[in-house]
Amino acid sequence: MEEFQLMKGNEAVAEAAIRAGVDGYFGYPITPQSEVMEYLMAAKPHERTGMVVLQAESEVAAINMLYGGAGAGKKVMTSSSSPGISLMQEGLSYIAGAELPCLVVNVVRGGPGLGTIQPSQCDYNQATKGGGHGDYHLIVLAPASVQEMADFVTVCFDLAFKYRNPTLILSDGAIGQMMEKVKFAEQKPRLTKAPKWATTGKTPDRERNIHTSLDLDPSRHEKFNEKLIRKYKEIEEKEVRYEKILCDDAEYLFVAYGTSSRICQKSIQLAREGGIKVGLFRPITLWPYPKKEIRAMTNQIKGILTVEMSAGQMIEDVLLSVEGKVKVAHYGRTGGMIPTPEEIVEALKQKISGG
Amino acid sequence: MAETSSSNDIVREENLVYAKTKVLTDNVMHYCPGCGHGTTHRLVAEVIEELGIQSDTIGVAPVGCSVLMYNYMDIDMQEAAHGRAPALATAIKRLLPEKYVFTYQGDGDLAAIGTSETIHACNRGENFTIIFINNGIYGMTGGQMAPTTLPNMKTSTSPYGRDVKMMGNPLKMTELVATLPGTCFVTRQSVHSPANVRKARKAIKKAFEYQNLKQGISFVEIVSNCSSGWKMTPLQSNEWMVENMFPFYPLGDIKIPEVQVEQKEGDVLHNSLNQIDKDSKQVKY
Repeated sequence: MEEFQLMKGNEAVAEAAIRAGVDGYFGYPITPQSEVMEYLMAAKPHERTGMVVLQAESEVAAINMLYGGAGAGKKVMTSSSSPGISLMQEGLSYIAGAELPCLVVNVVRGGPGLGTIQPSQCDYNQATKGGGHGDYHLIVLAPASVQEMADFVTVCFDLAFKYRNPTLILSDGAIGQMMEKVKFAEQKPRLTKAPKWATTGKTPDRERNIHTSLDLDPSRHEKFNEKLIRKYKEIEEKEVRYEKILCDDAEYLFVAYGTSSRICQKSIQLAREGGIKVGLFRPITLWPYPKKEIRAMTNQIKGILTVEMSAGQMIEDVLLSVEGKVKVAHYGRTGGMIPTPEEIVEALKQKISGG
Repeated sequence: MAETSSSNDIVREENLVYAKTKVLTDNVMHYCPGCGHGTTHRLVAEVIEELGIQSDTIGVAPVGCSVLMYNYMDIDMQEAAHGRAPALATAIKRLLPEKYVFTYQGDGDLAAIGTSETIHACNRGENFTIIFINNGIYGMTGGQMAPTTLPNMKTSTSPYGRDVKMMGNPLKMTELVATLPGTCFVTRQSVHSPANVRKARKAIKKAFEYQNLKQGISFVEIVSNCSSGWKMTPLQSNEWMVENMFPFYPLGDIKIPEVQVEQKEGDVLHNSLNQIDKDSKQVKY
């Protein structure tokens, strides 16, 4: 049995990628996630599994390398941070439009623009509401630990290939940079058999495989969009993931993901010491969002504080979920600042629970 | 007229000397009459059939007039975002190194929005083929100025002619990539006459064969006409191309590989930036 290792989140995602049997990583350096490619280059995955690792000339090129590699039926991934992920939005739209699987890791930093290199959760809207042009969704998972940075690589590729859809790990600079214990899965083999839709060369026994997002006939293109909508509906029904902490007797609720959810666990302890029964609802999939599950909590609780390292983006999904049944407020820090557990408890008192 | 045979007498199986390659589909091409795309598609398809690599070839289509190339080629293809074809091809070839991979790109796609992807794929020495159609204009969007538009040439976004002081100079991407160590074969051809079609076909065939060398990109520019965008008849546009495009974009091999592959005896190739095809003495740096 393998031992725990002490590792940064960025390194864990890289090691997990090799072990998940990823065929290709294409990336471009950007703080605070450069350790992903540095780890991969140093680990010589080509010798371990035959995995291709290539430093692209830009994030634009990297995401389009994913498009090519995914079309060829391979498990391909990239990682970047906010400004780089913005550059990838065009490519992600094309990959979603061509219905191809891939994994993108966003180790979010503060924005807008060049922003800062410190942790943030200000890319929630971009990640969950589309980002690029067109009616599409990424499947978005938010890790809250180094262990989940590793585990979600496999989860994301399983989902990506199951639904032929791009997936995103929405992390942040804190989880990318902090060191925690992590245990890795056994080495998986790389894909040896190409999916039937892969562009591997047209053999006489089949029609040619084409990957495109173009259809100039609007009635046909509407049918394609309807197919996508059905797919997204199925994902919303089947793939929602979340975690509830100390919710059984909770009268109030924090809704938070990623680093914020870790801080909220300390806030819960502090609040409960002061007599406020608060629990944590942690969405793990940010799209599909656990709307029904949050709505179900409204029978039991009196109010919700969403805690995000942003100006308040996820709160919109919480508001849509609760449909006005309970009071919802936001507390957050921006620009790379991280809220303290005490600040969060104070915000809970002021905005929701009183006392 | 009484003595001439009807066409039914002539068009018989035993009299046919030419047939459409099976690598082209039966779909009717959308290209304007006289456009070089159709001919170039056919040459690529013929070369794939001749080399027997249909089941081992993956093509990447661009955004531009040839965006629908995958409708006409009976091979596996991916349709890239504008300018990004070399990035797709890079990953496909690296992940499927035994396959033949090519991109097919126009001048806007390759020399404007995709300049970075083109230059870096060439500089990394990726082992695929780039077919570059240069007609000096954005055809699909209705005849706007391209990076390769000639000085003083009128387009819909340079209606008084391309003023190079204001709009910059035409970009010679083919000469540019020839200077990079990651390209192994760089040539400029045209398809406006039967003789040139034959030469272009040879060049495209070499370009595919050179993928086996693993010495980098094989790059074939086709200087082509755009009768619609240039607002000329097909014939006029070909004449205009010969008179105006060829002096600026001279035809011929610009760079050929060091190592000889599958060549006939005595046909040794040399690699030198100064080595200019004897047919064309106009290549300058």
